[in-house]
Amino acid sequence: MAQRGNVTMRLWRGTAAGGQFVDYQVAREEGMVVLDAVHAVQAQQANDLSVRWNCKAGKCGSCSAEVNGYPRLMCMTRLDLFDPGEPITVAPLKTFPLVKDLVTNVRWNFESAKRIPPLKPGPLTAEEQRKGEFQMMQQDVDRIQEFRKCIECFLCQDTCHVLRDAQDTDKFFGPRQMIRLANLEMHPKDSADRIPMIKKEAGVGMCNITKCCTEVCPEHIRITDNGIIPLKERVVDRYYDPVTMLLNALRPGNTKLR
Amino acid sequence: MAAATQQLAWGRFTLRRDAWWLQPLLVILGLGGFGLYSTYRVFENAHYVAGLYQSPLGSPDLRGYVPWLQAFVPFTISPALLILPFPLLFRLTCYYYRKAYYRSFFTMPPACAVRGASSHAYPGERGIFLLQNLHRFFLYLAILILVILWYDTALAFGLETGHLVVGLGGFLFLGNVILLSGYTFGCHSLRHLVGGKLDCYSCDEGSKARYKVWQRVSWLNTNHMGWAWASLFSIWAVDLFVRFLDIGLIRDVRLL
Amino acid sequence: MQYRIEAFDVVVVGAGGAGLRAAIEASARGKRTAIICKSLLGKAHTVMAEGGVAAALRNVDERDNWQVHFRDTMRGGKFLNNWRMAQLHAQEAPERVRELERWGAVFDRTKDGWINQRNFGGHAYPRLAHVGDRTGLEIIRTLQDKGVHGGIAVFMEHTVVKLFKSEGRICGALCYERETGRFLLFKCKAIVLATGGVGRCYKVTSNSWEYTGDGQALGYEAGADLMDMEFTQFHPTAMVWPPSVKGILVTEGVRGEGGILRNSKGERFMFKYISPLFAKETADTEEEAKRWLEGDKAARRPPELLTRDEVARAIRNEVKQGRGTKHGGVFLDISWRDPAFVKAKLPSMYHQFKELAGVDITKEPMEVGPTMHYHMGGLRVDAESAMTTVPGLFAAGEVAAGLHGANRLGGNSLSDLLVFGKRAGEFAATWAERHEAREPDAAEVGAALQGAMAPLEREQGENPFALQAELQQVMQDLVGMIRERGELGQAVERIQELKKRAQQCAAPGNRMYNAGWHTALDIQHLLVSAEAITRSALLREESRGAHTRDDFPQTDKEKWSKVNVLCRPGADGAMSVTTEPLPAWPDDARKLIEGTLEAVTTKEAA
Repeated sequence: MAQRGNVTMRLWRGTAAGGQFVDYQVAREEGMVVLDAVHAVQAQQANDLSVRWNCKAGKCGSCSAEVNGYPRLMCMTRLDLFDPGEPITVAPLKTFPLVKDLVTNVRWNFESAKRIPPLKPGPLTAEEQRKGEFQMMQQDVDRIQEFRKCIECFLCQDTCHVLRDAQDTDKFFGPRQMIRLANLEMHPKDSADRIPMIKKEAGVGMCNITKCCTEVCPEHIRITDNGIIPLKERVVDRYYDPVTMLLNALRPGNTKLR
Repeated sequence: MAAATQQLAWGRFTLRRDAWWLQPLLVILGLGGFGLYSTYRVFENAHYVAGLYQSPLGSPDLRGYVPWLQAFVPFTISPALLILPFPLLFRLTCYYYRKAYYRSFFTMPPACAVRGASSHAYPGERGIFLLQNLHRFFLYLAILILVILWYDTALAFGLETGHLVVGLGGFLFLGNVILLSGYTFGCHSLRHLVGGKLDCYSCDEGSKARYKVWQRVSWLNTNHMGWAWASLFSIWAVDLFVRFLDIGLIRDVRLL
Repeated sequence: MQYRIEAFDVVVVGAGGAGLRAAIEASARGKRTAIICKSLLGKAHTVMAEGGVAAALRNVDERDNWQVHFRDTMRGGKFLNNWRMAQLHAQEAPERVRELERWGAVFDRTKDGWINQRNFGGHAYPRLAHVGDRTGLEIIRTLQDKGVHGGIAVFMEHTVVKLFKSEGRICGALCYERETGRFLLFKCKAIVLATGGVGRCYKVTSNSWEYTGDGQALGYEAGADLMDMEFTQFHPTAMVWPPSVKGILVTEGVRGEGGILRNSKGERFMFKYISPLFAKETADTEEEAKRWLEGDKAARRPPELLTRDEVARAIRNEVKQGRGTKHGGVFLDISWRDPAFVKAKLPSMYHQFKELAGVDITKEPMEVGPTMHYHMGGLRVDAESAMTTVPGLFAAGEVAAGLHGANRLGGNSLSDLLVFGKRAGEFAATWAERHEAREPDAAEVGAALQGAMAPLEREQGENPFALQAELQQVMQDLVGMIRERGELGQAVERIQELKKRAQQCAAPGNRMYNAGWHTALDIQHLLVSAEAITRSALLREESRGAHTRDDFPQTDKEKWSKVNVLCRPGADGAMSVTTEPLPAWPDDARKLIEGTLEAVTTKEAA
């Protein structure tokens, strides 16, 4: 069952100024993941190899890379997933500016996160104020808890073609921030209105629902179905559907329309 | 220069070595095949009815409502031509089909981490594609048509004959409307309208009830893709059945 | 050598729960605050905390209150805890948790819609607010979002190499940017160390690469006392197979939700290991344990939920006696519960085993064994202000000592981060208010720079990765769960030798994101803690909590129950190890600690 012998790790080496793939031989152990093999290269053959990692348990989202061309967490990708005779190619995330080897500059993700208005708790009941806690039923928070599973590995940002191929980072915040927005918008106690932002600044209309973000998500968050599409529908309510637009305008005490 | 080195190393389109092209190819074959067939059927203008069976491609027959339309076109208008645009628009703006056609026909992108063939970037929902935001209105029409197709199914079981008719056709019709219902009621827009738009599911009796409906729609929605394909093929199959029956190529199997 | 200069009031080192909470507090109090972290923001070790955050919210069991939490913490720590820290912690944890909810954290709910709480080892009542088995992630994301909106300057992927003092007060820190290798000098009035633990000096550990004892070493070198360093917590349940995942944590939540420990003979062995301290509150029979799980308040808790030191020792003993599994662990079984329940309550455990070990935990048992998980020891701090023995230098979270004594209860770490992170930020801000900035000495900065550059400039030398692996083997073999004088002595010698060799590490390549260079510098920090752990373990001639001596198997009621072990730089530069009496317990605290559970709860009721 266990595959013995060596595995060829074909790792990208280089910086934005240039580089190439370099082959390294690594002894295969049972249950080995790609990150183990990269570490073995680093410890024995290339001390200066750059790679991000932290928990090595799929919880922190640091070791994102493109393994045989597909965006994955290296710590959760077992070597025996691949044909034992073939080299395993590990490349840095293509969407982001390369720093060195397998490390890329993912900073703009943090910049766009900063632009999203935080939770603004709405009117609280007397009981809630006394306790200092929110009273929310589990069924009300199930949806947003799914989004909060996000470990910010940015694999969704990497695979989103709007960001990857067109580099339209000024038009679209990307799937990661869409679910951050969905989390806040669907929060039962939130009273801020982010719909205009979702349409304009964050650019939800740039998503054409090709679902690669959902496909690569290591946390199995249904980013498109449960996050982006519901946001698009909320945008439709506000900006495209004449019926809901009219109903909203007529509703007394409407605060969500500017 | 530097960028070129990097691009070269990544290959023109992708580093993936698996059969990433298979899925878009199957979609092209599936959607393309149905597109060609249905276009043919629109202009064939025959064999929409065989006995009790009214093909979903030509139902309902709206020709009687818009007789003046014929004056504008050089060919004879078929019932299919009048009715098909509505389900077509429903499916064209459907969130699942958007994935299917953007990946397969526009290659934006053809598969995950694979670069598209086009040199143009996806521009967002512009021009005609703004219609994608009106999916819910096409949903309303689709529900209307679905009601008629259920009625057609009842006819297929002999509603107007005064006695129960049980034939192969009836089961095909029943299967088709069930699949169509699964597809229609699993719609993302419907999911939003019935409850997705609420932020609180426990705040009052109304929202509690809507939560239950939302859960059901969500259950159907989970495999919207499956319903989409199954119902597409079931329409195809039922129409073929009616057409072949009418031509006399096959005969219905009657149990009762 | 060039370096950039940045000036702030408060500099926080480390962006886990404690660091972020400290920075939020300092910034909210109007201080210009910087946070420096080795990884990207939000990747700190806090994300790995799974089970929950302990706070007597009383949402699930009304009998709970801060007094019971305080008592549980002291008992879990085998009474070596700083009583005042334990008291502040128990009193302030509920508000710290609720505040997170108002900042956007979304905890699992009770049937009434309040924050739900679960059972955990050593906690008398369901006390852990949680989000499935990813509570740490929830906390760090909440604090991260709060922090970036609060105007904190974030320096991601920067490593601090040296702290500077002027006239005895802290005044700056030198760090390098990992990406470029460029140096930055931070000038500031106060520094909060929140760098976490030292797990990377062990081979089998649940800790990430970041846990190289930076804060302990930086503080120690600046003259701060290290305390309780011998107390290294081995978490009883980590994955043992396949080799590549050995040491990865299996949350205590599995046992909290009904997970059963069995040896290879199928025996539920924990019933054999109930110590007298906990006998009154622990079930004798499987039947009683099951009733407790079903919510029968009259039943007593299952022995699987004894404190971590007890469970870890029991597992080690079973394996040693030949009743272990093929891969040197024992079985932890949750498969008797409904699969949907397991997937909802322990989703990441389910995926972890499914993807890494090919085991479906809803159908079959897990193989588990102990792993180095947490360090109770660290920098000695003032209970109220979290200031170390160096003026202007604060410490919070795992890097600080005192709260947990000889053994930490599960769930008390996340609450520790929040309570003392907030306090450290608050008092650092006050300190910055009252003190002027001072200049770090240019010559000292120059020397630190040179020292940091040395591995890059060496043509030939030790491989830093190999050296780190050697240290891990030494600590694993000689300073592991069960210790003994001869082995500890050997370890001290080996560490001295490794310290010399660490000065000879060479890192090929340039300064850009050079893992070899980073490791060569990290290992120097790691060695400070490794030495302090070993020397402290050698001095404490008894077994208590997480520190077990084969040659002194008894817990000493006299001498060792009254002192903490301290490490500080001696006059000759060598590490000196001494003891210091515990702070005296005031009468009301003594009553709580020594009283029975019934007494504690009735007192509150009355």
